[in-house]
Amino acid sequence: MNITELSLTELSQKFKEGKLTSREITEAFIKNIEAQNDKLNAMVTTTFDLAREMADAADSRCENDKLLSPLDGMPFTLKDNICTKGIRTTASSRMLEDFVPPYDAEVWQKLKAAGVVLLGKTNLDEFTMGGSTETSAWGYTRNPHDLSRVAGGSSGGSAAAIAANFCAGTIGTDTGGSIRQPAAFCGITGIKVSYGRVSRYGCMSFASSLDSVGILAKTAEDCAIILQVIAGHDEKDSTTPDKEVPNYSANLPKSLNGMRIGIPKEYFKEEGMDSDVLSVMNSTKEILKKMGVELVDISLPHTKYAVPIYYIVAPCEASANLARFDGIRFGPKIDGKTLDEIYTKARSYGFGDEVKRRILIGTYALSAGYYNAFYRKAQKVRTLVKQDFENAFEEVDAILTPADPSVAFKAGDGYSNPLKMYLEDIFVAPASISGICGISTPIGKNKENLPIGAQILCPAFKETLALQIANQIEKEIKD
Amino acid sequence: MITEEEVLHIAKLAKLKLTPEELKTFPNQLSQILDFFGQLQEVDTEGVEETSQVTGLENINRKDEICVTENTEDLLECSPHPIENRSIKIPKIL
Repeated sequence: MNITELSLTELSQKFKEGKLTSREITEAFIKNIEAQNDKLNAMVTTTFDLAREMADAADSRCENDKLLSPLDGMPFTLKDNICTKGIRTTASSRMLEDFVPPYDAEVWQKLKAAGVVLLGKTNLDEFTMGGSTETSAWGYTRNPHDLSRVAGGSSGGSAAAIAANFCAGTIGTDTGGSIRQPAAFCGITGIKVSYGRVSRYGCMSFASSLDSVGILAKTAEDCAIILQVIAGHDEKDSTTPDKEVPNYSANLPKSLNGMRIGIPKEYFKEEGMDSDVLSVMNSTKEILKKMGVELVDISLPHTKYAVPIYYIVAPCEASANLARFDGIRFGPKIDGKTLDEIYTKARSYGFGDEVKRRILIGTYALSAGYYNAFYRKAQKVRTLVKQDFENAFEEVDAILTPADPSVAFKAGDGYSNPLKMYLEDIFVAPASISGICGISTPIGKNKENLPIGAQILCPAFKETLALQIANQIEKEIKD
Repeated sequence: MITEEEVLHIAKLAKLKLTPEELKTFPNQLSQILDFFGQLQEVDTEGVEETSQVTGLENINRKDEICVTENTEDLLECSPHPIENRSIKIPKIL
């Protein structure tokens, strides 16, 4: 038995039964990271000493029958835009190369209180701006299935860490597909929760009306037990509604018989899509039909506007959010005769090209004379995209789409043509701008053995349903 | 089409100094992106409300009570600049 290949659920069970210690599990993951991270570059920082200490503490809790949660003693990683007290947190930016946060993000607080062991921080596109980790100041993460390809992004380090068996679970963030696309590229499961379901306190802001904190793991079952710990209202993040946290695992085993799942025609166009993605999606549809699911053809007519909306709204909000990086309260040590000189030098040194491009777009679109044509217009069309989903969910329980039009692409020239990279987000951006939840689950591989993922979209705060559908598909494909 | 001059102006507003290479590539790249946004104009949004947030939450208040969150000393320590009298020392602004 290779310990690191087991799912979180399986590891947790073995730990509880005394068949494996947390220290054994932790050492097995550490061994894997040490052997493979040089070629994958999934980790920005490792915290092995801390991990061993936390594992030993979990083991003594286990001996005394005082386990804190199903996640107790389980080794995790965190995306490096999630603040960890006393542990360097860089957002993969030179701006924060030496930043050691003085406090923990709420999501890490909750995991820590549940007994989770921290192995380290994972790579991302700089400040999450990108879909391949190629904008990371620390180099891009390789796809464990093919080292010449990217792992996706922005949570690419997290997705690769799960696929390469570096950890039992990991936390990522999704603003416009940053969990679902890398999960699909790496053949793992990733859930973007509804806007407001998980506290963002202590997670670095990119686009405040879109940012969400979510999970990447080996299975939907694993995602459910992690979400159970991190979901809920937080006084420190006023965008988290005080809504009940249901039992996310309760519906996992339930049959999908009689369920209605929408197939939106806008997501199944032959043009611009890999034929292998289409054929694997067709097999998934057949699987669902056999389970008794009624597939319903639907239309989400404003789908194509989601990408332009996203690339106006997100850079506008980012240009405001990233104004805080002025080289005064944190950032590189830069001297200057005037305050202005310090600001400009620190920002020009600290930010990479893609971050600069987005700050410039946002600044332009919000400047006098352009606000109505860009930001306000985008926020209006956003309403129409959101209404498309609301109308669809009156007819169907959930929506099935490919997570991405293609498989993981080759690393290299992506950002010589930024617009081409932006268009990659076509299937993931609509859910983000609408605030609904979505899960990306592996459904097969193409001829070159590269993973393909399906996306299941559900109404806001229906994570239980998304997890149930993903779990049923995963179980069926596995058998 | 966005000109080099305009790019320089926005960069100044955003407190960024662009390198000669960036100044060569950005005007064209940004123009392409802004042109791409143009397709939103074809959508009729007469009478459509803006979506600025999706939760519908309004006026989240907390009790007006003094509470200690982060330690000021620790927060100040993040600054690359000298700290004096619990303040960050920066060049004169007046």
